[in-house]
Amino acid sequence: MLTPYAETQVADIIRDHTTRKTPLKIIGGNTRSGFGNAVEADETLSSRAMSGIIAYNPAEMVMTVKAGTPLATVEAALAENRQMMAFEPMDHRPIMGTTGEPTIGGVFAANVSGPRRYVAGAARDSLLGIRFVNGKAEVIKAGGRVMKNVTGLDLSKLLAGSHGTLGFLTEVTFRVLPKPPAEKTVVVCGLDDEAATRIMAAAMAMSVEVSGAAHLPESVRSHFIAGALPEGPATILRLEGLGASVEARAAKLLFVMDRVGPWALLEGEESAVLWRQVRNVAPYAGQDAKPLWKVSVAPSEGHRLVAALRMEAGIDAFYDWQGGLIWMQMEADPEAELLRGAIRALGGGHATLMRATDAVRATVPAFEPRPAAEAILSARIREKLDPAGIFNPGKMGRAV
Amino acid sequence: MTQPIKFLEPRAAVLSGRDRIISDLKDILAEDCLVHEPRELVPFETDAFVSYRRLPLAVALPKTTEEVAAVLKYCHRYGIPVVPRGAGTSLSGGAIPQEDAVVIGLSKMSAILELDFYNRTARVQAGVTNLSISDAAGAEGFFYAPDPSSQLACTIGGNVGMNSGGAHCLKYGVTTNNLLGVKMVLVDGTVLELGGKHLDAAGYDLLALVCGSEGQLGIVTEATVRLIAKPEGARPVLFGFETSEEAGSCVADIIGAGIIPVAIEFMDKPAIEICEAFAKAGYPLDVGALLIVEVEGSEAEMDAMLADIVAIAKKHGVKTVRECQSAMEAAAIWKGRKSAFGATGRIADYICMDGTVPLSQLSYVLKKTSEITDRLGLRVANVFHAGDGNMHPLILFNANDPEDAARAEEAGNEILKLCVDAGGCLTGEHGVGIEKRDLMRHQYAEADLAQQMAVRAAFDEGWLMNPSKVFPLEGRG
Repeated sequence: MLTPYAETQVADIIRDHTTRKTPLKIIGGNTRSGFGNAVEADETLSSRAMSGIIAYNPAEMVMTVKAGTPLATVEAALAENRQMMAFEPMDHRPIMGTTGEPTIGGVFAANVSGPRRYVAGAARDSLLGIRFVNGKAEVIKAGGRVMKNVTGLDLSKLLAGSHGTLGFLTEVTFRVLPKPPAEKTVVVCGLDDEAATRIMAAAMAMSVEVSGAAHLPESVRSHFIAGALPEGPATILRLEGLGASVEARAAKLLFVMDRVGPWALLEGEESAVLWRQVRNVAPYAGQDAKPLWKVSVAPSEGHRLVAALRMEAGIDAFYDWQGGLIWMQMEADPEAELLRGAIRALGGGHATLMRATDAVRATVPAFEPRPAAEAILSARIREKLDPAGIFNPGKMGRAV
Repeated sequence: MTQPIKFLEPRAAVLSGRDRIISDLKDILAEDCLVHEPRELVPFETDAFVSYRRLPLAVALPKTTEEVAAVLKYCHRYGIPVVPRGAGTSLSGGAIPQEDAVVIGLSKMSAILELDFYNRTARVQAGVTNLSISDAAGAEGFFYAPDPSSQLACTIGGNVGMNSGGAHCLKYGVTTNNLLGVKMVLVDGTVLELGGKHLDAAGYDLLALVCGSEGQLGIVTEATVRLIAKPEGARPVLFGFETSEEAGSCVADIIGAGIIPVAIEFMDKPAIEICEAFAKAGYPLDVGALLIVEVEGSEAEMDAMLADIVAIAKKHGVKTVRECQSAMEAAAIWKGRKSAFGATGRIADYICMDGTVPLSQLSYVLKKTSEITDRLGLRVANVFHAGDGNMHPLILFNANDPEDAARAEEAGNEILKLCVDAGGCLTGEHGVGIEKRDLMRHQYAEADLAQQMAVRAAFDEGWLMNPSKVFPLEGRG
């Protein structure tokens, strides 16, 4: 594995590979290796030796770090100053069965987020600027380190979520936010998927700033907070902020939820653990043989999709993002065509295969195939950044 | 002395084919959807960056995405440049046409297509005004967050093109953070749909690339945007400080204390005087700088947050504190700020800069800004979004005096370079347009710009879409 520690070394390696047209597998800590289809490359280039915080002034709420910096290092520095990454990046190790240290570069390359994503944006929304090496071995700077910047095309966000297929990230600058000092979670008990979706939408329409809305059907309940959730399905609504404010908003939310059904209230560490488990998809951890999908649809359609698929396949699912994010584990077959057809029929969205055996991943496109016009455009963009096609070939499908 | 900003040389073949082009466009569009009489083209010759103007060849005002596609397909076939236009409120000249261009105006596509309160989204045509979305969603308790000062007039299409911000984006983000999907037409007439009511891109994030691309990647005809539940209440507080430095360090301390107000607006002495004379908002005239800090939530929450904020301001020697007891008082506080540009326009011509700087550099950049304008014998008023470092120095000048105008442009260029050198950028929310185009090399190295232009070429190889904008004319390759 190639582990350069300086940008110039990265450029040298890439120049060499571009000249010889030999592909490279691009990784950070390789903890998210379950993403995408197999990469056809003999050599691996990792950012892990490029580590360290370059600039962090908490009063500016902006941090600049080298791409290979362990996520843990970033989170520790932020915690020391009572700050956080608003997008709540999930840890993929439990569901992908990987080990090692996630890097900050990997977080942005895979545009990783968590439960707060649907109100606070994804990783890409916090990303302000990057440095990367393109396929021509040029060091490119995009964006900057200020919160508002519309100077030129936003290449930073383009590279976010491109899974190393457009360039090798060497440095990222992102926005951070104060960590809310208090949190409470209202657990509404006993709702079926459809009712839960309705209640989540109603909660989001209230002026109480719900920062997490998930629904955990009975089949997954026991996997959370050591089985301590009340009996039956649990619809969970999180409130965060200053203590008095959370208190006041919880009272307001409970006034409404009291008419919906029995409820419980979690606070502090117990609430935090629950949401960490939602973020990291606790129910489907460590079940390597079963295909796992991450599905994004309009919140109102999530439960319909699950209901439609249940008629035809063995599935288990739970919901985040007000019902719009569905984590779906298949009993046996990945049922890619069935799933993707159902998504189209319900107004659109996408399904990403997060875990599958090598045999499955050899035949099923892990990322939702794009319509022709978009695929052509994406391929053209890739050609402009990586003309020789040496970065992670095959990972996001053959079209790009 | 600053040279006037250049436009691309008009394509001779297009100019000479004018009659033919107009006759062909008449076949594509209904009679009321095409403007070509020189006298009728005048309203389209510039935007809010009024120092420059060019009469376009024709203006197409299509009513549907299909018509936009037909016009683009035609222009693409014959190599005719196209300049998209929303309401023409660009402060950077983003919508100024050129002599060989067909303007595609979106004013006839102004329908709100769908309000989906369950999913909290609105799907609108690109010509819908920014404010009309919040107006339409307001009765149900929702609003669309990005709020540029021109929100009464500016369109969503233009907002997407420029990735517009506003006073409240400190909490809610700018357009790109609130945009879920678009329907757009590529230069060759291909219709492309990106995103929708779901979150995240399935493949490459083309939506992020399109947002803020200043009409260079295609023409957006529809947008799906996020709606947000209105807060229970919102309340501004006004602080007067002796000096800009005190106000600046107060801002840094509010943020440092972990409080994120929805807005922190800054005005310096000249701005206070101009706004007060116009809006009679009751601003204190004995202070050197003023902050408007707005918080949201229930009465109890706002009381608690404002108490913390006032305590911080007192530590920084605040001279005047005005908390408001009624909606009328709150409106008065905002009225002065929101009328800043209009009020300035009444007393002089002005150009408005839009650089963003790191928060720690605010005081330094303010000081240097007045040094620059003093040296050139110009007046400057500063009104800006202090919470995110997005500065808006208004440089006052007399447009009838060419030398004064040239000095103003020179001051503007120097201030923008100052912002970049302080670790910031040329434009926080107004866009590059033609105004800052020739300064792009100050912010980006050659390879950085070349990479952006290469990505641009993936959409529009032949430089037909809004071609005189954003990228310096030299070295386009």
